This record gives sequence, C-alpha cells and structure tokens, in this order.
Amino acid sequence: MDIVIFEEVSKTYRMGDVDVAALRDVSFAIPQGAFTSLVGPSGSGKTTALNLIGCLDQPSQGVVTVAGRPISGMGRREGAIFRGQTLGFVFQDFNLLPVLTVFENVEYPLLMIRNVPKSQRKPAVDRVLAAVAMEDQAGKYPSQLSGGQKQRVAIARALVGNPALVLADEPTANLDGNTAHKVVELMKSMRDEFGTTFVFSTHDPRIMDQAEVTIHLEDGRLVPGSDSVKGGPS
Amino acid sequence: MKTLRLALKNLLRYKRRTLLTGLLITVGVVAVIVFVGLSGSFKQAIVGQITDSVLSHLQVHRRGYLASIDNLPLDRMVSSRAFDKLSGVLSRDPGVKAFSPRIKFGAMLSNYAQTTNARLNGIDPEKELAVVPLLATRVKNAARKNPLLEKGEVLLPEVLALGMGIQSGDTIVLVANNKDGSVNGMTFRVAGVVEGLMGPGGRDGYLHIDDAVALLRMETPEISEVAVRVQHFHQLGAVAGRLRGALDLLTNEQNKPLFEVHTWNQLTPFYNVVRMIDIMTLGIKMILIAVVLISVLNVMMMSVYERVREIGTLVAMGTRPGRIMALFVAEGFCLGLVSTLAGAAIGLAVLWMLRLTGVEVAFGGANQVFSLNPTIALWEVLSAALIVLGISVLASLQPAAKAARLEPVEALRHI
Ligand SMILES: Nc1ncnc2c1ncn2[C@@H]1O[C@H](COP(=O)(O)OP(=O)(O)O)[C@@H](O)[C@H]1O
Ligand SMILES: [Mg+2]
Repeated sequence: MDIVIFEEVSKTYRMGDVDVAALRDVSFAIPQGAFTSLVGPSGSGKTTALNLIGCLDQPSQGVVTVAGRPISGMGRREGAIFRGQTLGFVFQDFNLLPVLTVFENVEYPLLMIRNVPKSQRKPAVDRVLAAVAMEDQAGKYPSQLSGGQKQRVAIARALVGNPALVLADEPTANLDGNTAHKVVELMKSMRDEFGTTFVFSTHDPRIMDQAEVTIHLEDGRLVPGSDSVKGGPS
Repeated sequence: MKTLRLALKNLLRYKRRTLLTGLLITVGVVAVIVFVGLSGSFKQAIVGQITDSVLSHLQVHRRGYLASIDNLPLDRMVSSRAFDKLSGVLSRDPGVKAFSPRIKFGAMLSNYAQTTNARLNGIDPEKELAVVPLLATRVKNAARKNPLLEKGEVLLPEVLALGMGIQSGDTIVLVANNKDGSVNGMTFRVAGVVEGLMGPGGRDGYLHIDDAVALLRMETPEISEVAVRVQHFHQLGAVAGRLRGALDLLTNEQNKPLFEVHTWNQLTPFYNVVRMIDIMTLGIKMILIAVVLISVLNVMMMSVYERVREIGTLVAMGTRPGRIMALFVAEGFCLGLVSTLAGAAIGLAVLWMLRLTGVEVAFGGANQVFSLNPTIALWEVLSAALIVLGISVLASLQPAAKAARLEPVEALRHI
C-alpha cells in the first residue's frame, strides 16, 4: 500500500506579478514503511513537496493523497487534527521549545495535541527517549544540548505519538558529516523498530545513499526513473 | 492548567520585559488601591463629620421651608399638631433610629459691650445627641458635657465667641423677633463654644428648645426642622423613600402634602466634593485600564512576533488553532494575574502602613483635623483585580488570534 500518492501535482507561488512554479506535474508514490529521500538542488521543490505531504499547503493542481486521504479541502482545524494523528515532523533547525526540558518537549504532542492521560504519557516518552539514547538527558533544556542531540530529541518527539509517517526537511543540514550520518542511521533504525514511514529531503549525496526510495526533483520536475525502490522495507 | 503552565514558562522567557510590564501593572493596581482607600476614608470622614455633628442623615421640614432656609423663616414652621403626626410616622418606621426637633432662628446677641447677629438652634439636648452624636466632640470649654446644655444656657459658635471675647460662664442677652414681629429678650449663661464647620449649619449656636419657645413667645411650640438618624446609613435611600411615601399622605386643607424630606446630600454642597472624589476614582481606574491594555497588548504582540517560527512548529505538529489562541491568552492572563496579586498585596500593605502612621487632613477650618483611617472594601480590591484580569485577557485576544491564524508554511519559513 502506498502511504503517499502524488498525481500530476503542480504548485505555483505568486511572487508579486510573476508566478513561480515550485512543482510541475509531479507524480509518484511512496510505499508504506519505505525509507524515502527527496533529493535535488536548492530550489528544486523539495520543501514544497514535503509541505504538501504534511498538509501544510494545498496543491495548485493535481491530487495529493496521504494515508488514504486526499489533502485538498482540509480546513485548518481538520488539517491540524490529521497531522496530530498521522504525521510527525523533524525540522532542519530542530525547533524544540526552549522553555521545555527534553522530556517535556517529547511529551508535548501527547499532552497538548492528543490529550493522552498522564499515566500513559511517561512510559511513551521514556520509550522513545531510550530508543534515541537520550533518556539520561531528559531533564536538560535544549540550550544545553549539541546539534546532534537536539535532532535526536526532535526525532523522539516526532515518533512519540506513533505516527504512520515522519517528514523531515533537511534534517541533517545543520549537522556535521559524522553526526548527520548518525542521525540518518537513527531514523532508519527507528523505521525498523516502529515501522514508521520516513520521508526526508537532502542534497547531501552520502545521505541519499541510505534511502530505499529516492525521489529526485530538479527545477520542480521529477527526474525520470527516480522513485526506484532500492530494496523493500525490512 | 497545562496551557497555563506552558504560558507561565513562556512569560518567564523574557524576564526583563515581563518584569517591567508586570511592574507597570502592579504600580497601577497599587495606585488604585491606595487612592480608593484614602479617598474612601476621606469621604467617610467628611460625610461622617457633616452628618454626625451638624445635619444628621435626613431632615423633614414643612413644605417650602428649605427654599428659604437661609432666612430661618418663622412663618413656615411645623405646628404642634403636625409634629405629632410626623412623630408618629417617624417612630413607626423601623429604619429610623432617632429624631430630634429643632427650632431655628436668628437673634441679636449682646454681651453688654457689643452686639451681633447669631443663628441659633433650639434643641432637646438628649434627642439632639442621639441624632448627631459627634456634636459633643465639637463643644469646647464646656462646663459639662452631658447633657450638652441645660435650660438657661447657650453654646455659641467659636468664631463669634472669640471675636467678642466671650468665655464659658459669661452671661449674654439674646433678643429675637417672634413670628408676629414683637421683640423679646432673655439672658443666658454661656455653657461652652462650638467649633465651626464648613457648610450649612456649621456656624450655629445652640440653646434649649424650651428656652427657644419662651424667647420666641410661642403659645404652642412650633418646629423648624426635624433631624433624623437612620439605623443603617446604607439604607438611607430606602428609609427616605419610605418616609416620603408615608408623609405625602399627610396633607393640608388645600390637599397639598405638609412635609418635605431631604437627605444629607441634598442639604450640603459637600456632596459635590464626594462626587468629585468618585469621579477621580473613576478616572484613576480608567488610567489603570489604559495602562493594562497598552502594556499587555504590546507585550503580547511582541511575544507573537518573536515566536512566529515556534508557532509554525506547533501548528505543523498538529496543535489546533484554538489551543494556540488559548496559549497566548493564558500568557496575558498570567501576566495580569501575577501583577494584580503583587499590586493588591503591596497596595494593602501601603494602606496598612498609612493606618499605622496615621494620615491627618485639615478640613472645615484649621482647628478641625481629621485622622483618616484608610481602609478599602474587599469588593473594591476584587473589582480592581477583575478589571486588570479582564483587560489582560481582552488585550491578548487580538495577538492570540493573529498567532492562531498564522500560516504554518510561512511561519516556518520565517527567520
Ligand atoms: N512561499 C513562496 N513564495 C514564492 N516562491 C516560493 C515560495 N516557496 C517556495 N518558492 C519557490 O519555489 C521553488 C521551490 O522551493 P523549495 O520547495 O523551497 O525548494 P527546495 O526546498 O528544494 O530548496 C523555489 O524557486 C522557491 O523560490
Ligand atoms: Mg527546502
């Protein structure tokens, strides 16, 4: 089953008087559980595609289906509920809440979005923090962590609600090569552990190699033959 | 609860800004509480002094008397028969604590060396003290305090006694015209002097009502006014209304009501001072509202603007617009709450300190000094707190709505 389906999707932004085509007639599908990378040079449309998958934006043309639901016509509240239930997000700049500890950051989606009772929150948070090997830093604040540690916390936060799909826009762009590699390894092992589909964008060739499905964009167009499956989900 | 906790954490994020804004609101609350406390006790002091030593709470006259009260007319008096009916009505009303008939008249006063005019009240000392208990505190150099005076004695206004060099124990002559214009004179012993007080009746002398009847050669005693003290001051309006209703039924031959009822505020210009104080209180509350509105609005707008990316993150993760809104409103609310609590605590402490040190205010002549007892009613504190909280929430609504409406894609792109 495909968790993400793009059918002839175009997205145009209006900048002043000119239309900027960020995606042009793009069609692809991402199978459930696939460790997927979106690659392409800067400005090729990766963020735009991820925003559409994340129900943060609407396509100008075509149909985007995520976890069996077409995203068009979803209201703000509806979109938020859908994201809270189905999706996890990892950001380039980590975007942890500075006033919350590591534990509280990971707890946030359960507490403020899903209204999970306290008795169930702690075990869930402990489990994902252990999975990303951050359990002994639970009481620290984001400012006390290194970049790699922050991204591990962000991954734990994305996973804590057991989403079907985690979206990561350039999750390694602000990390050094070695750390970047480890973060991708971690995401892959999380996929293995939790069965979550990961879609991440990157333009780092060493990281692209880790993906099982690669979607290659250039100038808003799909590069032919790019969504090749290199090896099915384990 | 969880929203409030997160809001509080976010507030503490910009400590200096939060502190400054909170301080501003705190100062506003302190100002309101101290002002309301001081002005309230000042109001109470002057109203108390005027009603409890001169006017009494309300007065009943023959209809038309008050319009010419400055002449102290003797032809608009309450007859004996009418007074009996009036007494009946007053004694039956449960809200009336005491009442005292007065004969008011003007007389010539002579100490055998000089002559002057005096305004005098013929009173029954015991009844009068039941109606204006503080009158006794204004009597100086009295040979005795209780009763205020006896038959054959007068209490003279202080300024008049000073000017003429009259002392307690001196003998003076009072000469007065009666209603028909014939003149009568009687000698009196000065029992003491009465401190002056600003306002109507504040510079009057006193003598026994029986002496007034004799001096004015009344065949049957007639009464100028009846001063009434009510049981509970806050029920004054209700009692006055009731009395008006009952007294309007007592009519003369022309079927017109015999009596008119006036409460203290209709009898003294000091009511305007009280009104002024109320208006100033309102003004200072408006300033508080403006301070809270502007400072909370400012802080919350900055707060939203600085956290655009963070809001984008929260929305992307699936936080619903309503919750984003609640987060920011809660932030404004917390700011208001903490500042109000601090302001109320400091304000009450200041009032308490003022009570300990005492505040003295001169009023109604240099020799009349009030010691204010600043207090504030609980509801006044609560109303100030509610104003601040309400305005804090109100001021946060617009910035919070802006936060809830942010487009996540744009917000996440924001640097
Ligand atoms: N909000 C926007 N307004 C105007 N143009 C945009 C907007 N977002 C993206 N674009 C344009 O769309 C194209 C694709 O952008 P993006 O999806 O961010 O690419 P990538 O993430 O691969 O760098 C770029 O040319 C970019 O300038
Ligand atoms: Mg991008």
